[in-house]
Amino acid sequence: MTETQMLPAALACRGLRKTFGGSPVVDGLDLEAQPGELVALLGPSGCGKTTCLRMIAGFEPIDAGRITIGGRVVADAAAGSRRADPPEQRRVGMVFQDYALFPHLSVAKNVGFGLKGGSQQAAAVHDALAAVGLAGYADRMPDALSGGQQQRVALARALAPRPDLVLLDEPFSNLDAELRVALRQEVRQILRAANATAVLVTHDQEEALSLADRIAVMWGGKVLQQGSPEELYLRPANRTVAGFVGDAQFLPGEATGRRATTDLGEVPLHAPATGTVDVMVRPEQLRLTPATVEEPGNAVVVSRAFFGHDQLLTIALLGGRTLRARLGAYGGIRPGDRVTVSVRGAALAFPQAEGTSSSR
Amino acid sequence: MTSSTLDNAWIPPVVDGSAEDGAGSAATRRPPLVVWLPAAIVALLVLVPIGYLLVRAWEAGPAAWESLLRPKTARVVLNSVVLACGVALTSTVIAVPLAWLTTRTDLPGRRWWAAVATLPLAVPSYVGALAVIAAFGPKGALQGLLEPMGVERLPSLYGFWGSLLTLTLFTYPYSLLAVRAGLRGLDPAVEEASRSLGQGPWATFRRVTLPQLRPAIAAGALLTALYTLGDFGVVTLMRFDAFTRAIYVQYRSALDRSGAALLSLVLIGVTIALLLIEARVRGRQGGAAARVGVARQSGTVPLGRWKVPAIIFCGVVATLSLGMPIAVLLGWLLRGRRDQITGLVTAAGHSLELAIATAAVATVLALPVALLAVRWPGRLASVVERTAFLGYALPGLVVAFAFVSIGVRTPWHQTLALLVLACVVRFLPEAVASEQVSLRQVSPRLEEAARGLGSTMTQAVRRVTVPLAMPGLLAGAGLVLLTTMKELPITLLLSPTGWSTLATDIWTASNDARWAEAAAPALVLIGLSLPMTLLLQSRDRGSRADHD
Repeated sequence: MTETQMLPAALACRGLRKTFGGSPVVDGLDLEAQPGELVALLGPSGCGKTTCLRMIAGFEPIDAGRITIGGRVVADAAAGSRRADPPEQRRVGMVFQDYALFPHLSVAKNVGFGLKGGSQQAAAVHDALAAVGLAGYADRMPDALSGGQQQRVALARALAPRPDLVLLDEPFSNLDAELRVALRQEVRQILRAANATAVLVTHDQEEALSLADRIAVMWGGKVLQQGSPEELYLRPANRTVAGFVGDAQFLPGEATGRRATTDLGEVPLHAPATGTVDVMVRPEQLRLTPATVEEPGNAVVVSRAFFGHDQLLTIALLGGRTLRARLGAYGGIRPGDRVTVSVRGAALAFPQAEGTSSSR
Repeated sequence: MTSSTLDNAWIPPVVDGSAEDGAGSAATRRPPLVVWLPAAIVALLVLVPIGYLLVRAWEAGPAAWESLLRPKTARVVLNSVVLACGVALTSTVIAVPLAWLTTRTDLPGRRWWAAVATLPLAVPSYVGALAVIAAFGPKGALQGLLEPMGVERLPSLYGFWGSLLTLTLFTYPYSLLAVRAGLRGLDPAVEEASRSLGQGPWATFRRVTLPQLRPAIAAGALLTALYTLGDFGVVTLMRFDAFTRAIYVQYRSALDRSGAALLSLVLIGVTIALLLIEARVRGRQGGAAARVGVARQSGTVPLGRWKVPAIIFCGVVATLSLGMPIAVLLGWLLRGRRDQITGLVTAAGHSLELAIATAAVATVLALPVALLAVRWPGRLASVVERTAFLGYALPGLVVAFAFVSIGVRTPWHQTLALLVLACVVRFLPEAVASEQVSLRQVSPRLEEAARGLGSTMTQAVRRVTVPLAMPGLLAGAGLVLLTTMKELPITLLLSPTGWSTLATDIWTASNDARWAEAAAPALVLIGLSLPMTLLLQSRDRGSRADHD
């Protein structure tokens, strides 16, 4: 690991800014990727993540900030050292949302496009196609391929010139759900096998969580938090991140030290806090036990959605507040049942913010 | 995406029987009578002139066949084909850089140049020929300028080179529109992919953009070549022995019109051969890549130090194809005998009357044909569609010749109705192509929804399809209006006696060298065509989609 840390970051963006028609789309963005790492840039549509990718690739000039790829400065908007390398000099492979295969060239010629001619080209093209499992498709035209195949050709084409960085712009958004899940893991393996550093743009939190080594949550032109999927899910830095990564619900409470008093009673906190707070509980954190004579329960089950592998119950607390609880598939709890709700483990507390929405 | 309606209206469709998309379940059903019967009647109408020519050729005596087989005929064919190829080539050479400069670069005044570069369409090519002769011909303006420098004679303008120059200057906008439409149809991400794979801007243009533009370039070249093959005014004024001129001479001189009929059929054959070659070239291209996702606007290429040469290039083209003819005409008008100019308003009224009537009739007649081809593709549809597009292969002079000869035997001889009918046959393809494009954009599901809500087929088309396809219908009508107004040989041969239009006034006055009297109607004609061209050009802007 120490060796890895000695290398310069594969990608470093500092204070990136981009304005379209007076309004900032990317506003002071910092982003980093270590060699061999897959970073997901996760955000809702319109948050500037695609613009960010296009600035890294060199299709969009930057208004402020600096981009470094493998230690080389490729774009710098500082007054003294203005620099903007054209896309072809950045050694960045890009996989476009709609793949952008050259419609007039065969699969092999698409993949070989960025390679120098000569005897090694054919071998490199063959290897690249074999790596994505399309060795027999070299002579096909792009319009004779399925969506998933086009996707893999696009990936092979981007990887063939051995770029310093691979950028993927919503690469799975045009595929149907089943193919998407299968192809995700395949793309992950291909990128790993090529030892490629990659930045992936997505609005799909599940995609980001299951695929990335690290996730940068982007909101309003900024990166709100960068970290491993676990960090982001278990320790979101603020309510926005908590609401965007996973399903979060917030309970108002009064905190003293590592405890907070809420509608659910006493909830243990992960870190000490004081005063009025919002306590975040994920649906799977809630534990339901059927009410008994001794314990009359503090909530009623309102509705139930059964998914097979698990189920989602909507419950109404005695105070009137509703919460969602995710349970295993095997449980006899039905709508109308009275239950006792408690929190499993420790919860996160955020200072109560005025005017913020409570949950997604 | 309706913005591309006009562009595609210039382009004849691929002659190819493959089923079209967008038909959905309708493909399996039989077209209703209200659609296929009118469509079939329209197709028969288009076949009338060809039928006449065939009958005439069948009756031709040995003398007519003998004259057809003379070496002179081969020379005329060769002349026309070489001229058509030459014009297609030079137009492409002008149109591709112009299209690229006005869509992809930071050329100053890009929008303005885009409009100006399309405007030469408003100048009828025979008017352009008169202006070219006045400017560069013997004793022309250029020689006047050069005389003090000791240049006593310019190389002769008449013949091939003059025809090539004139036809290029006034037909390249057809090519320009086709290439611009092609450029805008390209997915900008494909060019970006090339850049990120290490190719610079020029290599990207050569390896990615240009190959993808090939169908558009071929379509543009085809349009200019077709125009050249059918052109009558320019080659006559330039005294170049092209096909149309030979037909006209035959028609005027010989008592037996079979000779002209045979020559016309040969010309139609050459034109159809050209259409087939183009279809082959386009067919090999393969389908466009499936486009998913939203197309963004392409990035702008900075011209840098090429900015000044680019402006000079655009300026030279605009000056020659627009400034020069207008300057020549104004010069004639100011120097000439203006007191002789009469009947200008009447002629303009006649021109508009003819153009509006033709546009209206063609738009209505094209609808069943377009509807049949788009909604019920099949054998009948493809036969009707191809027949309707034969108008592209029928030079105006040939249509005129056929209709005159038929008309003489009917009560419609020397009527406006026959003139309109001839113009409709000639320009129907423009309306059909434009309507097909916009009908394809109306989902058949909408018609089905209307049917499900209790409308009959006709009601569904009238209440849903036609309103939605209106931009395309109007674009087609505008196109027919413009081309009919500029049309010369049909009007010349079929106008009722004493019923003159701007086009015929220009022709007769210039034949007698009454320049001021030719200049006035020519300027009025250009003045009427300019707003129409601008209107059509303004539809030619791409839709913008914003960034994420």
